[in-house]
Amino acid sequence: MNGTAATALPPRPPVSRRSESPSSRRSAVRRARIVVRGLNFFYGRRQVLFDNNLEIAENRVTAIIGPSGCGKSTHIRVYNRIYSLYRGQRAVGEVLLDGVNILSDKVDTAELRRRVGMIFQQPTPFPMSIFDNVAYGLRLHYRLPKSELEGRVEEALKAVGLWDEVRRHLAAPGTDLSGGQQQRLCIARALAVDPEVILMDEPTSAIDPIATARIEELVVSLKSRYTVVIVTHNMQQAARISDYTAFFHQGRIVEFDETARLFTAPREKRTEDYITGRFG
Amino acid sequence: MTDERRRTGTAGDKLLRAAAAAAAALVLFLMAALFVGLGWHSALSLSKFGVGFLWSSEWNPVAGRYGALSSIYGTLVTTAVAMLVAIPASVLLAFFLAEIAPPAIAKPVGYAVELFAAVPSIIFGMWGLFVLAPIMSEHVQPFLGEAASFLPFFSGPPMGIGMLTAGLILSLMILPYMTSVIRDMFEMTPRSLKEAAYGMGATRWEVTRKVVLRHGAKAVAGAFFLGLGRAMGETMAVTFVVGNSHRISASLFEPANTIASTLANEFAEASDPLYLSALAELGLVLLVMTFGINLLARRMLDRFGAGSGGAR
Amino acid sequence: MRPRSRAARKAADAAASALAFLAAAAGTAVLFWIMAEVFARGASVLGPAFFTRLPAPPGVGGGGLANAVLGTVIITLLATLMAVPPGVLAGVYLAEFAGNGRFASAVRFGVNMLMGVPSIIMGLFVWGTVVIATGGFSAWAGAVSLALIMLPVVARTAEDMLRLVPDSLRESVLAMGAPYWRAMLVIFLAARNGLVTGVLLAVARVGGETAPLLFTALNSPYWPTDLTKPTANLPVTIYNYAMSPYRDWQAMAWGASLVITAGVLALSLVSRFALKTGTERKAKR
Ligand SMILES: Nc1ncnc2c1ncn2[C@@H]1O[C@H](COP(=O)(O)OP(=O)(O)OP(=O)(O)O)[C@@H](O)[C@H]1O
Ligand SMILES: [Mg+2]
Repeated sequence: MNGTAATALPPRPPVSRRSESPSSRRSAVRRARIVVRGLNFFYGRRQVLFDNNLEIAENRVTAIIGPSGCGKSTHIRVYNRIYSLYRGQRAVGEVLLDGVNILSDKVDTAELRRRVGMIFQQPTPFPMSIFDNVAYGLRLHYRLPKSELEGRVEEALKAVGLWDEVRRHLAAPGTDLSGGQQQRLCIARALAVDPEVILMDEPTSAIDPIATARIEELVVSLKSRYTVVIVTHNMQQAARISDYTAFFHQGRIVEFDETARLFTAPREKRTEDYITGRFG
Repeated sequence: MTDERRRTGTAGDKLLRAAAAAAAALVLFLMAALFVGLGWHSALSLSKFGVGFLWSSEWNPVAGRYGALSSIYGTLVTTAVAMLVAIPASVLLAFFLAEIAPPAIAKPVGYAVELFAAVPSIIFGMWGLFVLAPIMSEHVQPFLGEAASFLPFFSGPPMGIGMLTAGLILSLMILPYMTSVIRDMFEMTPRSLKEAAYGMGATRWEVTRKVVLRHGAKAVAGAFFLGLGRAMGETMAVTFVVGNSHRISASLFEPANTIASTLANEFAEASDPLYLSALAELGLVLLVMTFGINLLARRMLDRFGAGSGGAR
Repeated sequence: MRPRSRAARKAADAAASALAFLAAAAGTAVLFWIMAEVFARGASVLGPAFFTRLPAPPGVGGGGLANAVLGTVIITLLATLMAVPPGVLAGVYLAEFAGNGRFASAVRFGVNMLMGVPSIIMGLFVWGTVVIATGGFSAWAGAVSLALIMLPVVARTAEDMLRLVPDSLRESVLAMGAPYWRAMLVIFLAARNGLVTGVLLAVARVGGETAPLLFTALNSPYWPTDLTKPTANLPVTIYNYAMSPYRDWQAMAWGASLVITAGVLALSLVSRFALKTGTERKAKR
């Protein structure tokens, strides 16, 4: 091996200029709940999101797909400003929720997070009873009489199909549930405070297939009341449950379209390669 | 805009943050206050004796003349004896727990070692004075005196108490601390490293000596310094058996004093300001010594890398 | 290169293993020996009187150390109350707010250094400040000196335990819209076993501390009725009685030693148990 071997390397793929703006028609979605314009994101000095533009449709499920490390989590963590807990993490651009830029300093993050709930990859039941888990956000944001509190907890647990399983041991610790139940508990906890948007970051990647199926059903049922954004690595899942799909690659939104169209007739070569499993 | 933990937030957040920062500052304040406080009370002695305090061997409350040398000497000798025993013992014990013993034995023995660390100093003092000292005077010291009479360390009357006994008790007290740090180091050695060495046909002891101990040399040295710092400042166990004498003698059988034992013994009698000030200065000397040793220990033990959190 | 003899290497290995075994056997044996002596010599004086009566003068017989038992409990309790809030808060600062900046490193360094300060120095310091300022030895001063010893231990374990709480839990509480201080309550709940363990270990560490009390609480033959006065406590009593020429006092010192040892070991056992159930729970889920 010597220096001349370098010439044998394949040429670097050309960086598409067009990828700065995703190849989607402007205002692809019917009614946008969230509008992302020119979003760039930095971990310290390192930029990981580049000029993201996206619209999240109201009462629809939007899936975010893309290879590992492409910035999916980073992107949705902007929507509830959870990133701003950390020193050095910075978002530049506009994220409009109902027309208001949530990146503005004036935004009340507590209220923002009530309106935009989040579900994480690992179920995160709080170290308290099942009831208190679901009641946590309610007690946080509202002052409710006991009966109403109980009613709302029951309603949330019913919405996630957990009520019949846990109604007899509401006082048991949330951590005693199975992984899938825990994740549904977390969803119930998020639903209880009556959010508008629900963000899910690979909510099923840590649970078994049967529990996953239940959560998928649940996600579909949620869209009548909520706007859902779900990050997933599982393309079948995206195809099954989402209405719109955004494909991310190296911090850019390569393609965004109705799910059916994106999976059957992608316009970008990279999208096609990804969904057909040629990389990722 | 970012980093809401440190900036924005409700009144409750601000209060919590302020209280936490204040508590953190308290730690630093205390550390400084220790030096200032002891320095303040040492002022009289400092101005009277200057730095000569450190190497004057005279300790004469009646004449009002004080020097730290005898106490420093006793501290150094007893600690040296303790380290001489504890260094090999702790390495061997850690070797046993991490490499030799099957879990069924390593677990209870490791547990016993932990319990050992919890036994208060004064209990060691009681045991040293009433149990170990008689054995030392009747059996160990006469034997050592016979067997190694040519050494100046083992001469003089076998009284049981003295620097040798104090050093042995100290070694028992620091053994568990050193062992557990070294044992952690053993367990943190990458498995692949050990396996590579075993793969080359090395024996257990060779792997330990040439791979594990070398890989963790800093941590082991850190453990030794931790033990050293502890031994220097240990009070009650020593006070019971060291004999409390300000004479400086070569023989380990002779009674002596450490800085800590001088403080514990004489504080109650010290009535005049100069005496108290001299004791405070002794304390200051001990503080500086242990601080230096612990500084070295930390240097060697410190590891880096606390997570910054985030999307991944 | 000269080849090393296989036999010699094997012999070295066998010798090292044998020595290691010996070290372990000797270490364990000494521990049991010390325990056995404490139990054998201490048990004989422990009776109802020990825990209910005031000390008797030497040679008279009878009497107990009820005042010292009570005093030790009071002083240790006060010290715990003084040390835990600032200790935990300092741990919160280090784990939650500080990051890795300059001040944080300085505080971490301070914590480590404070842990290495000999307890007798803490006693001397508190004598030089609290005792002198308040004009006399007192239970309060004793408690302060013990609290200073506990503070860095509590701070250190609090930081470690809070760091064990996964960021995802922290984030999911905050993602509910909780302010940070309320999120901390949940994080405390998640870390409670570790925190309790840390506090218990700190208590166990100071429970038998003698040297600092010599400079602060001193001792007293009376009931601890006034916390601003010299106050009876077991460790200093052990010291005084053991150093006395009286047989019956020395016997009482053994009794007190047994009480202290049993107390401290019980605390260590309980704390270990607390930590264990904590980790087992985590493992289960
Ligand atoms: N806290 C952080 N500090 C610095 N860089 C980070 C941090 N978190 C993520 N990154 C980097 O930002 C990029 C995007 O990460 P992100 O977690 O958003 O990707 P992802 O698409 O969610 O990946 P995955 O599918 O593996 O979850 C990656 O290159 C990652 O290394
Ligand atoms: Mg991700």
